[in-house]
Amino acid sequence: MNDRPAYVLLEDGARFDGIACGAAADAAVGEIVFTTSMSGYQEAMTDPSYAGQLIAFTFPMVGNYGVSAEAMESDRIHARAAIMRAAVDSEDAGGRGRFERGWLGWLGDCGVPAITDVDTRALVRHIRDRGAMKGGVFDGAVDEAQARSLIDAEPDMTGRDLAREVTPREPVILGGSGEGGPRIAMIDTGVKLSIVQNLRSRGATVELHPCTASPGELRANDPDAVFLANGPGDPGALDYIVETVRELIGGVPVYGICLGHQLLCRAVGLETYKLPFGHHGANHPVKDLVSGRVEITSQNHGFAVLGPGGSKTIDGDDAVRWETDFGAAELTHLNLYDRTVEGLALRDVQGATVQYHPEAGPGPHDSLHLFDRFVEEIREAA
Amino acid sequence: MPRRDDIHKILVIGSGPIVIGQAAEFDYSGTQACRVLAEEGFEVVLVNSNPATIMTDPELATATYVEPLLPGPVTQVIERERPDALLATLGGQTALNLAKALYEDGTLERLDVELIGADYDAIQRAEDRDLFRQTMTGAGLRVPRSAIAVSIADAEAAIDEIGLPFIVRPAFTLGGSGGGVVRDATELATVVGRGLRASPIGQVLLEESVLGWGEFELEVMRDHSDNVVIVCSIENLDPMGVHTGDSVCVAPQQTLTDKQYQLLRDQAITAIRAVGVETGGSNVQFAVNRATDEIVVIEMNPRVSRSSALASKATGFPIAKIAARLAVGYTLQEIPNDITKATPASFEPAIDYCVVKWPRFAFEKFPGAEAGLTTHMKSVGEIMAIGRTFKQAFAKAVRSRELDTEPTFGSDGELLEAIAVPGADRFDLLLEGLRRGLPVDEVQRRTDIDPWFLRQLQELVFEEETTTGERTFKSVDTCAAEFAARTPYYYSSWERPTRTHPANEVERGDRPSVVILGSGPNRIGQGIEFDYCCVHAVQTVRESGRDAVMINCNPETVSTDYDTSDRLYFEPLTLEDVLAVCEIEQPEGVVVQFGGQTPLKLAAGLDEAGVPILGTSIDAIDLAEDRARFGALLDELGYTAPPYATARGPEEALACADQVGFPLLVRPSYVLGGRAMEIVYSVDGLRDYLERVGTKPDAAIFLDRFLEDSIEVDVDAICDGTDVWVAGVMQHVEEAGIHSGDSACVLPPHTLGIEIIEQIREQTIGIAHALGVVGLLNVQFAIHGEQGLHVIEANPRASRTVPFVSKAIGLPLAKLACRVVLGETLADLDLPEVTERDGATGWSAGGGHVCVKEAVLPFNRFMGADSLLGPEMRSTGEVMGIARDFPTAFAKAQAAAGAMLPDTGTAFITVANSDKAAATGLAALLDELGFRIIATRGTAQAIRRQGIPAEAINKIGEGSPHVVDWIERGDVDIVINTPVGTGARSDGYEIRTAAIAHGIPCITTISGGIAAARAISAARRGAPEVLSLQEVHSGGERLGAGTPVAP
Ligand SMILES: Nc1ncnc2c1ncn2[C@@H]1O[C@H](COP(=O)(O)OP(=O)(O)O)[C@@H](O)[C@H]1O
Ligand SMILES: Nc1ncnc2c1ncn2[C@@H]1O[C@H](COP(=O)(O)OP(=O)(O)O)[C@@H](O)[C@H]1O
Ligand SMILES: [Mg+2]
Ligand SMILES: [Mg+2]
Repeated sequence: MNDRPAYVLLEDGARFDGIACGAAADAAVGEIVFTTSMSGYQEAMTDPSYAGQLIAFTFPMVGNYGVSAEAMESDRIHARAAIMRAAVDSEDAGGRGRFERGWLGWLGDCGVPAITDVDTRALVRHIRDRGAMKGGVFDGAVDEAQARSLIDAEPDMTGRDLAREVTPREPVILGGSGEGGPRIAMIDTGVKLSIVQNLRSRGATVELHPCTASPGELRANDPDAVFLANGPGDPGALDYIVETVRELIGGVPVYGICLGHQLLCRAVGLETYKLPFGHHGANHPVKDLVSGRVEITSQNHGFAVLGPGGSKTIDGDDAVRWETDFGAAELTHLNLYDRTVEGLALRDVQGATVQYHPEAGPGPHDSLHLFDRFVEEIREAA
Repeated sequence: MPRRDDIHKILVIGSGPIVIGQAAEFDYSGTQACRVLAEEGFEVVLVNSNPATIMTDPELATATYVEPLLPGPVTQVIERERPDALLATLGGQTALNLAKALYEDGTLERLDVELIGADYDAIQRAEDRDLFRQTMTGAGLRVPRSAIAVSIADAEAAIDEIGLPFIVRPAFTLGGSGGGVVRDATELATVVGRGLRASPIGQVLLEESVLGWGEFELEVMRDHSDNVVIVCSIENLDPMGVHTGDSVCVAPQQTLTDKQYQLLRDQAITAIRAVGVETGGSNVQFAVNRATDEIVVIEMNPRVSRSSALASKATGFPIAKIAARLAVGYTLQEIPNDITKATPASFEPAIDYCVVKWPRFAFEKFPGAEAGLTTHMKSVGEIMAIGRTFKQAFAKAVRSRELDTEPTFGSDGELLEAIAVPGADRFDLLLEGLRRGLPVDEVQRRTDIDPWFLRQLQELVFEEETTTGERTFKSVDTCAAEFAARTPYYYSSWERPTRTHPANEVERGDRPSVVILGSGPNRIGQGIEFDYCCVHAVQTVRESGRDAVMINCNPETVSTDYDTSDRLYFEPLTLEDVLAVCEIEQPEGVVVQFGGQTPLKLAAGLDEAGVPILGTSIDAIDLAEDRARFGALLDELGYTAPPYATARGPEEALACADQVGFPLLVRPSYVLGGRAMEIVYSVDGLRDYLERVGTKPDAAIFLDRFLEDSIEVDVDAICDGTDVWVAGVMQHVEEAGIHSGDSACVLPPHTLGIEIIEQIREQTIGIAHALGVVGLLNVQFAIHGEQGLHVIEANPRASRTVPFVSKAIGLPLAKLACRVVLGETLADLDLPEVTERDGATGWSAGGGHVCVKEAVLPFNRFMGADSLLGPEMRSTGEVMGIARDFPTAFAKAQAAAGAMLPDTGTAFITVANSDKAAATGLAALLDELGFRIIATRGTAQAIRRQGIPAEAINKIGEGSPHVVDWIERGDVDIVINTPVGTGARSDGYEIRTAAIAHGIPCITTISGGIAAARAISAARRGAPEVLSLQEVHSGGERLGAGTPVAP
């Protein structure tokens, strides 16, 4: 590994030095978030929800098993940079079934800068204490004043519409496995492939629509359900989608994951807010209030939905209710780490959402069954 | 579900003596369990035959039974205590097998005791290899192709079906005891035969070999509501074929993709559900072919294990503690995470560092033993190292090992040959190879070690990665810093300094701190006894209002439990690493006398660096350890020591041999760990010895006159610099010449007279003063028929016998000593007064009970090594027998040690000429007991001359049927064999090996034989009653040994 010095600078002036790797670049700026996931670095980098963000990996050795086609969560890398303690290229991680090439070489080819040898734990503790903030990865040659102005030039995550940057230009239709499965119209704000795969493998035909699609365009092939995808940015900046959804609710079952969950909630009149440093990892316990089971979940979000009465956290483990513009909504999933809302179901119209990632990719499979639940409900309604 | 209130009293079964495959980790888990159950308000009844455990400290249970872990005694305990439930999943394989037995013989049902944790069926499904296979296949998981065999013939028949090579695994054994690999038909009979004998039910599983695949373990926890979490994944660097206990391991796994890892996770969860472990921790082992994604399930342990202890220390997630809570009804969600306090235990730890575990071997102590690593565990201990990166952790692990022997490297060619065969020093050879530039792919081809590790090791040997940057201390927090950690559990790492942020996480507080140095990896000669003492020292420091700081690198122990000390530093015990901790702790002082030799070796260096040593001074330590200085000191005091000389080189040794006088006890100074100690009877013997051990030009060789037929005595005492308190005088059963750690000992002495004990007490007191001991002192004496009392050695530190004495007299020696070390006087401790009788018998507990400590030896693990006892220690653990009289206590100790004495049958006697006279006495005793006596010609004649019937049978040389045939036919029930010199591969050797292989008690000293005979006759009076420590020490029974004696 060449030893070009580089550094991480945060908007509050905190600085962490390291060595440049990945693509050569003077600077990559955006919101710096950390993920505690211990594997799945490639899935993370290609997850559109990370658009506009730099990922700090708390797991020290990153790149151990190289990269492979099957681990892509979209067609490209969306994160702006990788911040690591001990990057591994393992060009020769051969002898592994899926291995296609080395991690750093791949980042390089994709034009994504990275930094290694950083005391990522010190960085993470800083963000934990002060909250997620803007910052960047800079080549050692870039002086700090210049770096600062680049950071200041970067708009805040709050109020940011990043969906437009990752959504497809034209609708795409993907058939399901087998005949007669339900038809699902997806508002593609940056959907992860594993969500699409989980729906298709359960027989669903999935239409991916641009996030600007109108209610009419979404209804065109009269789908059995509309699905709101995961995606980057602030749900508060996507009122045009919220409006579209308001027109659909009641007419057709609506489901959502992550950003989609937040958008559906806003559509029925609930509020979202920004978490101090978000949830990014693969070990959060979420209680499914329907089954009573605690599931270990994959998480990746910076915003969350306010509980009934505007409270950020929920005290008991009961399925509390909201009164929404579309009747009652009932809490179905609860985060046992910080007791925030992880999912709810609409009781008077058909619709349900979760904040976390049942599709895993990366992370545990505890919640895959949720797709069965969703697809089953959609089938019954159809 | 909250706590169950339909049960009140819970029986906990420990794992007994430390043996290979079952070590200190079960004291760690058992102690956690007892604490938790007590906190939850349950009455805890504990049975464990091992006195050197924290869990058997009386305050940890309502009733503590130090009794043999056998159905008989445990049934008695149940009858006396009538517990509602039995928790057997925290005492290793021993507890599990015992619970099975008690279920099968109907005891549990009869006395209506509920099995909690894992029920009988779950235990069966996991432990019976065949049932396990069916269960896994039923759940859709793949297991290696296999066949069950109960005979050699079965095995031969199975070859076509499963192919060669195949793995042989006996049912119901721990640590793979009796297992092995059959590579070709010629090995079949031997390996399968051994397996059939090792299995209590005479059944082995023959299994398709997946040698060379990656080996992974997942630690799983499940609660009543069927919530399951994976606490940690562990990856073995050594591929399949080397027992996980003998493998270098890393946590968490490093080389699997997320998709591959999630499949393992799914399968582990499927496995624990299928087996049906209701609550608690289990460990599931997998073999993974990284190239093809094939996964096979190897085994599952439905209980906490060595790996779960490792996982707990590696993540900060206390598996045993939580398993205990789950067993009494709680769900994971209801249990808080100790470390964050803010979050529940229903989560999976996120790790932001790397952990490397390294096994510790002891092959050098078992010459002749097969030193290869296989499916049958052979390591005696382990260390764990935490680093920010794999390379940092690996380098630390290498530092933590404290090896007694440096590996020797041959040519490149030899290196490549050597690394192909897994052995104790495989990674040292491998690192040397990489240093010399051997290509990674070549090394991989020969070892099947994943290239990722080899690449990392290659970088490690070329760059000084670990020392770039600054050493900072980071905490183990279960959550990769996502939440603030409340429990101070630290490791050091090297990081780039950050201008704006303090990388160091230690919160020192402002109370004064005292550093206690642990004893590092368990090894023969330095085991759990020392961890026991360290834990007591920590507790005492905390009680004194100071912060107790623990430094240790042994993941098995109670001392490295994060709630034992105020601050735990999981670091190697080297001067550099310890000084780094002192740097930020700025302690009041460091305590070095409780962790055995390891801390003692660091004392001088710490002193030079200006770190205060509390207790006995550096000079006093040197005075006791330097032979010349100590000899002079004894002369001044007018005490006798065996004549000795220190020779520089073989010539001088031969020269001064006569003036010291034969027989001689010889040991080279340059062989560490008291190794290569031998008794020689003549100049030729000495010459032969010097050649065998290989001498260095002018390195010192120690010669002592060997005192034949002498009684050995061990004494533990405490001195505050002025007063001395003799806590216990122990008489050994075997004569001097059998290492004190390997011989049975008795408290109070069973045959010593009042005068001699007084003399022993006086000399102990004299030595304590002369050395200026502040804290513990251990003195070993030998009493010779004519020449009387001799001082063998004095150790100014906690000794191996401290836990035993503490349990025997009902006073915590290490705690008392630590108070003295911290500045109190003996007078402050108001130790109980001593009565005439007590003082005289060297008895400190009074109450008329007798305690016997017996050693447990690992010979069954080292096929090929001679099972003779000698001056070099070879036992791995110990048990204790408590009774109202010596023979009963001895019988209990024997039973607990696994050497069940026969109540009648055939005794085979063959002894050295010098023992013939004494042997006839022993024969008479056995004859009275109705034993049929057979002996080799010479011995038989000697016995018959005394009018005792004895049949002469053939020596091996004299043709079949000879003695070994008799043993193998199962026609011998007890063997008495005293060594004739040490002619390797002698008849004696063959006899002892055969006896061990067939699990027949084999006694190698006359005194041991006589004790056994007395024990057998005592056993005739019916099963001995079980006694709890609490009742033994209740009331006024507790009496002190030494009124403090002024100088
Ligand atoms: N089918 C197999 N092929 C190759 N090696 C095996 C096989 N089964 C077990 N082993 C090796 O033997 C060791 C001991 O086997 P295991 O089932 O774990 O027994 P134990 O109860 O002693 O842990 C394993 O750690 C593994 O390295
Ligand atoms: N002069 C001696 N005569 C007889 N036996 C001895 C003599 N010296 C040592 N031994 C035996 O050897 C054993 C080990 O010797 P010791 O000096 O205690 O070494 P260690 O430091 O390993 O304890 C003792 O326990 C004792 O049984
Ligand atoms: Mg195993
Ligand atoms: Mg000794």
